[in-house]
Amino acid sequence: MVPISNYLWVSVILFSLGVTGVILRRNAIVIFMCIELMMNAANLAFVAFARQTHTLDGQVMVFFVMTVAAAEVAVGLAIIISMFRHHESVNIDQVDLLRG
Amino acid sequence: MPHLQFPALSVPLVLFWVFAVVACLMGLLVIVLANPVSSALALVMTLCAVAGLFLTLGAQFIAAVQVIVYAGAIMVLFLFVIMLLQLRGEPGGLRGVLFGPKVLAGALGVALITQMGSLVATAAWPAGAADPAAFDSPLNTQMIGKLLYSRYLLPFEVVSVLLLVALLGSVVLAKRKF
Repeated sequence: MVPISNYLWVSVILFSLGVTGVILRRNAIVIFMCIELMMNAANLAFVAFARQTHTLDGQVMVFFVMTVAAAEVAVGLAIIISMFRHHESVNIDQVDLLRG
Repeated sequence: MPHLQFPALSVPLVLFWVFAVVACLMGLLVIVLANPVSSALALVMTLCAVAGLFLTLGAQFIAAVQVIVYAGAIMVLFLFVIMLLQLRGEPGGLRGVLFGPKVLAGALGVALITQMGSLVATAAWPAGAADPAAFDSPLNTQMIGKLLYSRYLLPFEVVSVLLLVALLGSVVLAKRKF
């Protein structure tokens, strides 16, 4: 059996890639994809721990995370569309109305 | 990474390494590719590889949902919006892509990997033995269904309301006139 720490390493790497992408990229849609990447890293950790503790609750939690992710994507993409209508761009550097 | 353990080569271990390498490589491609469509396709590959990892963990239902809902529905939504907005790749290739605060991003990425990695390497994980029969069982989906409709009934209903609200919210947000 593959040790749980291997799965957690993959989870750590995917999560860090997601964080790095959110900081590096300026395209709102790519930033969104990086958030999905982070959620998947968390899901992987959930399932790995579910395996380790021999309970199914972790998998049920992943089910809920996926539902919330779907809702988040629907609302987020709607926001991006309306942002594109106002600015003709999805570059987040141009959306700085609330900057102090 | 000195803390990885290398037992004798077995089928699950080979599968794990294949899926893990694909997931990490494609995850890297998501953040370095200039064209958003390429990023989306790389993310699809990552999601499929993570679904494979779920399979090696004995979570068949979650793996299937991952492919159907994530790699299927959600990524189609992404591609649909990218093509609706006719987004082009950022000019200048890789250099044009990485014009955020590179040092900060790199430092934060390395710090995250070392911090969480040291946690992974040093922590003692609980060795539970609640119900070993729940795993590697063809009844995985059935057991999750039973859990969803018993212990997690309230969250399940709340999540359905959340989906309804998200549906209405996205329609209102994407409408031309508020």
